[in-house]
Amino acid sequence: MEKSITEKIIQSHCDKKELRRGELIKAKVDFAFANDITGPLAISVFNEIGSKEVFDRNKITLIADHFTPNKDIKSAEQTKILKEFSIAQNLNYYYELGQVGIEHALLPEKGLVLPGQLIIGADSHTPTSGALGALAIGVGSTDLGVTMATGEVWLKVPESMKFIYGGKLNRWVGGKDLILYTISKIGVDGANYRVMEFAGEVIKNLSMDNRFTMCNMAIEAGAKSGIIEADEITEKYLHEKTEKKYTILKSDPDAEYEKVIEIDVTDIEPQVAFPHLPENSKGISEVKDILIDQSVIGSCTNGRIEDLRIAAEILKNNKVNKRVRLIIIPATQQIYLEALEEGLLKIFIESGAVVSPPTCGPCLGGHMGVLAKGERAVSTTNRNFVGRMGHPESEIYLAGPAIAAASAITGKISSPEEVI
Amino acid sequence: MRIIGKVWKFGNHIDTDIIIPARYLNTSDPNELALHCMEDYVRDFVKKISPGDIIIAGDNFGCGSSREHAPIAIKEAGISCVIASSFARIFFRNAINIGLPIFESSEASLGVLQGDELEVFPEEGIIKNITQNRVFKTNPMPVFIQSIIASGGLVEYTKKEIERR
Ligand code: SF4
Repeated sequence: MEKSITEKIIQSHCDKKELRRGELIKAKVDFAFANDITGPLAISVFNEIGSKEVFDRNKITLIADHFTPNKDIKSAEQTKILKEFSIAQNLNYYYELGQVGIEHALLPEKGLVLPGQLIIGADSHTPTSGALGALAIGVGSTDLGVTMATGEVWLKVPESMKFIYGGKLNRWVGGKDLILYTISKIGVDGANYRVMEFAGEVIKNLSMDNRFTMCNMAIEAGAKSGIIEADEITEKYLHEKTEKKYTILKSDPDAEYEKVIEIDVTDIEPQVAFPHLPENSKGISEVKDILIDQSVIGSCTNGRIEDLRIAAEILKNNKVNKRVRLIIIPATQQIYLEALEEGLLKIFIESGAVVSPPTCGPCLGGHMGVLAKGERAVSTTNRNFVGRMGHPESEIYLAGPAIAAASAITGKISSPEEVI
Repeated sequence: MRIIGKVWKFGNHIDTDIIIPARYLNTSDPNELALHCMEDYVRDFVKKISPGDIIIAGDNFGCGSSREHAPIAIKEAGISCVIASSFARIFFRNAINIGLPIFESSEASLGVLQGDELEVFPEEGIIKNITQNRVFKTNPMPVFIQSIIASGGLVEYTKKEIERR
């Protein structure tokens, strides 16, 4: 039978000869990780099972990214649990303040996740690494605790949906706009239990940073993961990060999909997703007079160097509006450094923005920029649920870095064309 | 086994930030998490419910983050089970893994009102609405999942697996 890339990856990680869709199987995991929220619970599970040693000290990492720099005593205690476990288990990789970045940006950057791999993360945005042609699946803490002990995970062999993007991208339209547009077409549960495979000419020409953004938000359509076949762009990216060997798998031409959706991108404008669901996305020309109090550029969705370059292009020689707090968060230390060397940080600071150390921070209403009652934010993050970034009566509008930067200047949700 | 409880009805796409807001995730203490369960949606939810009460919801219950704190908060608050038209996949896994009974049934989701009294038989997949005198059937879970639940969750299941090796 012809197989999709997802089926091929699962097949190569379990001892079954033939897989049936919908079947529950146990698979071997290449890499597993958790953060400062999900990690402590996973470690308790690991201990409860009675495990003494992790299955492989080179295939697990713990990343204290959510509340870093530790926002209070409780979060410091959580990080301490991760650190002590990493030392006790002699884990090869462990990241906290100084080395830490947002997990889904950090793992690919460090060359820890590779094409053809099966990756499990105790975080819902784990599918981000699917942009490398890996199958990266988000799980809970119990799952992760068990995987740390056994190196295995139980999985249902999923159906796949294929999204084929064709046409010509408009200026200011990037991965964020494509994925918001796609979610608005299929809904926040439009890909429930299935894998979203992104393909087509447009994807072939898309940069890695934009591909990560798209796979990152597959979960916002309920998907088990998002995946893009590795190609020359992927190989070039990896060449700079790692010398490790990997296997590139591709979908067979006649692989069966639960659905194939073709999207012509020619008419897609920069997108804005209205409160309180990522599916409420509209083109920027339909957005009128929405005043904002805060703009956030960062997160595992849009905190990469290309996002910061776009923001800088727009903010250069401009000033942040008096009514707006603009918070810019490079997703990793490496990105921070690149932004410094390229002079982007200077542009940000001169415009009136604040540059935060790498952290999840405001994305989950944790710290470093929480919203008050009735406040409105435009944000390059991935969720605009009720109360996600602060007070339950605050509002979040999701967009890409271009709109977030332009809106910070005008004080209302705006197209970059208005300021450039 | 059977579950009896009063219904708390919720809509579609109840996300994990509603179930347990991230501002409380600087701890994983179940008792503390339970205190804030659903608080942004139903004020004082935890004070209003009685042990054994049942949550009924529409589509995509538990969408959003992978936080296992969500099913834990629900379970610790004293909710006996969740019935929804559909669940988000990570929540579905997490609930099974920590032993919070969940059932997928659009009929039950639609045919039940706030405050109704339900009687649920998990093994048979039968949901009785005592107040309205109606019965709904759900698909029983796959055998593999039943064996995880029968062991009391993934931790107990894995312990046995490890012993067997
Ligand atoms: S940046 Fe936001 S969405 Fe991404 S891992 Fe952190 S909290 Fe989750």
